[in-house]
Amino acid sequence: MKEKVNAILEMYSHSGRDSLIPILQEIQEQVGCLNEDAVVMVGKHLNIPTSKIYGLATFYNQFRFEKKGKHHIQACNGTSCRMNGSKWIIDYIEKNLKIKNGQTTRNGLFSLEVLTCMGACHLGPVISINGEYHTELTPVKLKSILDELIIE
Amino acid sequence: MDTPYTNTDRSFFAEKVIPNLHSELPHDISEKLFSYRHERISKPIIFIGISTSSIVAGALRTYDAIKNYIDENAINADLVRVGSLGMCSFEPIVEVQLPGKSRVAFRNVSADDVPSILDGALNNFIQSDVALFQYPSSILELWPDVPLINEHPFFAKQNRLLLRNSGVINPESIIDYIACGGYSALAKTLRQYTCDSVCKTVEESGLRGRGGGGFSTGVKWRKALTFPTNERYFICNADESDPGAFMDRLLIESDPHRIIEGIIISSYAISANKAFIYIRNRYDLTVKRMETAIKQAYDFGLLGYNILDSGFSLDITIKRGPEAYVCGEETALIRSLEGKRGMPSIKPPYPTEVGFNNKPTVVNNVETIANIPDILLNGATWFANIGTQNSKGTKIFSINGKVSNTCMVEVSMGESLSTLVELAGGVKPDQVLKAIHLGGPSGVSVTPDEMDVPIDFDELSSKGISMGSGGVQILDETVCMVDLSKYFMHFIRNESCGKCIPCREGSNRMYQILDNISRRPYSNEGHNTLERFKGVINLETLAEVMKDTSLCGLGQTAPKPLLKALKSFRDEFEEHIFDRKCKAGVCRDLRTFYIDVDKCTGCTACAKKCPTNAIIGTPRSPYFIVEEKCIGCGVCQTTCKFAAVFFK
Repeated sequence: MKEKVNAILEMYSHSGRDSLIPILQEIQEQVGCLNEDAVVMVGKHLNIPTSKIYGLATFYNQFRFEKKGKHHIQACNGTSCRMNGSKWIIDYIEKNLKIKNGQTTRNGLFSLEVLTCMGACHLGPVISINGEYHTELTPVKLKSILDELIIE
Repeated sequence: MDTPYTNTDRSFFAEKVIPNLHSELPHDISEKLFSYRHERISKPIIFIGISTSSIVAGALRTYDAIKNYIDENAINADLVRVGSLGMCSFEPIVEVQLPGKSRVAFRNVSADDVPSILDGALNNFIQSDVALFQYPSSILELWPDVPLINEHPFFAKQNRLLLRNSGVINPESIIDYIACGGYSALAKTLRQYTCDSVCKTVEESGLRGRGGGGFSTGVKWRKALTFPTNERYFICNADESDPGAFMDRLLIESDPHRIIEGIIISSYAISANKAFIYIRNRYDLTVKRMETAIKQAYDFGLLGYNILDSGFSLDITIKRGPEAYVCGEETALIRSLEGKRGMPSIKPPYPTEVGFNNKPTVVNNVETIANIPDILLNGATWFANIGTQNSKGTKIFSINGKVSNTCMVEVSMGESLSTLVELAGGVKPDQVLKAIHLGGPSGVSVTPDEMDVPIDFDELSSKGISMGSGGVQILDETVCMVDLSKYFMHFIRNESCGKCIPCREGSNRMYQILDNISRRPYSNEGHNTLERFKGVINLETLAEVMKDTSLCGLGQTAPKPLLKALKSFRDEFEEHIFDRKCKAGVCRDLRTFYIDVDKCTGCTACAKKCPTNAIIGTPRSPYFIVEEKCIGCGVCQTTCKFAAVFFK
């Protein structure tokens, strides 16, 4: 992990505060999440207090502090999906996998991310599991999808 | 991915076309452009629309299937990826053009349909039930029994100026855009206009910002231009984050060069040498298409140092926004670019005076920028003739919700709101239109009897309706207004930046109140009922305070959907509060379940599962539910094998 972060920081040598967000984005992309060590390293590199970086990272929806699960579920909660019942889909995931937005299950199998709009309003409710889309979901349909993944 | 054009094409455009863009092209060159516009072709071309929305519908699988089909049957044909036509419900859309024949489009082409459709189409036979429309042409032979695109009800009422290339040209190729007349506005501007006269033209055209504010674009530019400084910045705001708004995203994916051309002209107008495009990080395809487009523009000398020998230089950088709704506000966006928390600041000073790095900065919405090339090319009067007295031009809307056809449309200003419902094909069969909601979490729901209002910034705001950025949701009787208000308030609560108290605390409190009236008390102890009534009494006052005292647009407009819903759909709120009923059946906690005595066999399955022991009866005879005890969880309904449990 440390080597990866160091390599990223090297690309951004002699840069100021305006490259903080790109650095964090890059770290999240390569490491999977922002952990304590990475935030401390970024703080030392840019000469910014760790608390400020943490404050920034918690402000934006993109940054997550837990590693993504093996199956990363992105659930759309846009207006259109909501009208078509995305609430029950998200409820189902939250209750059955016992995770909330931004969290990962303890066994590291599933993680959940709730998005505001995936741009597929005609097929709602939509979720994507590791980039594969499942459209026009109902809790029953979702159950069979999740069951299959758990058996795997 | 390899470039979509060859080196010969590249040198032809770089040497022959681009230096002549500012004037009439010589005859032989314009002749040659016909083939680049696919008007004269020697082998069949198959087009497939690839965009965010069609990918979810399976366009990539269709793309692979077409590729396989071409390879397996050794067909000499080109496969071209285009953007989105805006007909999301008909995606994936595949278009076929044969030599000498007009281009024809097919709807909902799944991977399995590919062989049958292409077998027919490549052999001059098409099934008219899957054919959507064909493009009109004076030189090409038309297909029988297929409507022309301008006769198709979806396109007939639109005025597609910004979208005219969308879904038609390949967004990943700059030469397609140039062949369709692109970048000639830029060449003309750099040769014939000064910064001041560009500002003047845009001022005269009457173009107003499309992000929702409706401020005059030309005036904004002039403010930045006249402010004395050594450096200015231009920012394209593509941080589209209203839930249910996807038009900016599709516009960039379908025609990225139009945006780049607009950015160059806008930057020239305010004499900025650095421009940013702020796109949401999550919009992978959008960012990718924009990156490709910028790279190609640099390659053709349309970006970078000394553009088209004019002495004007510009660099465009893509900044990936880390996803915060409030960053759509310009001061917050600038904070975010600077690497800080995206919190809005008090205006004045406006960003046009003190913006990015404390230099004058202009922030414009994607759609505003897309208008710029046409205005400069055709002149201010041409643009001022479209639309109404105070709102010029066209507006793009993305229409979704409980609607027959989810779509993206562009209509002239001045059309009525009911046109939007018509374009989307109305509500689903057997449903009744209840309202349309404009502008996401800061917009309002318009009832059918108010829908004859023309789409115009001033007309709408005089009726208390805000145009918003262009997301439109169609609501039918299955949508609960309390739930919708709750949803928007929940969204605001999550996205509020927390800087000012009215917004931070107000949105949270309002969400709690709305949640309270759409929920059943879990026990009769405590003061639940009292709380509920007290909350409702406060709701309106709270909304007014929040509207008056919040710092930025987010907080000021957040109570709008609620206030309007309270006005137009008061009976629905009262029904929730007093009768504890939700007509639409959306607020699940308020449902009361009943057992159909004819279907119930008395198997006791539901009674065993019921968490509150609300189901009683004797085995092997119909059970019934005690209404007072039922909490509406719905376990009985899912448990029942005989579908005997239903709710009202």
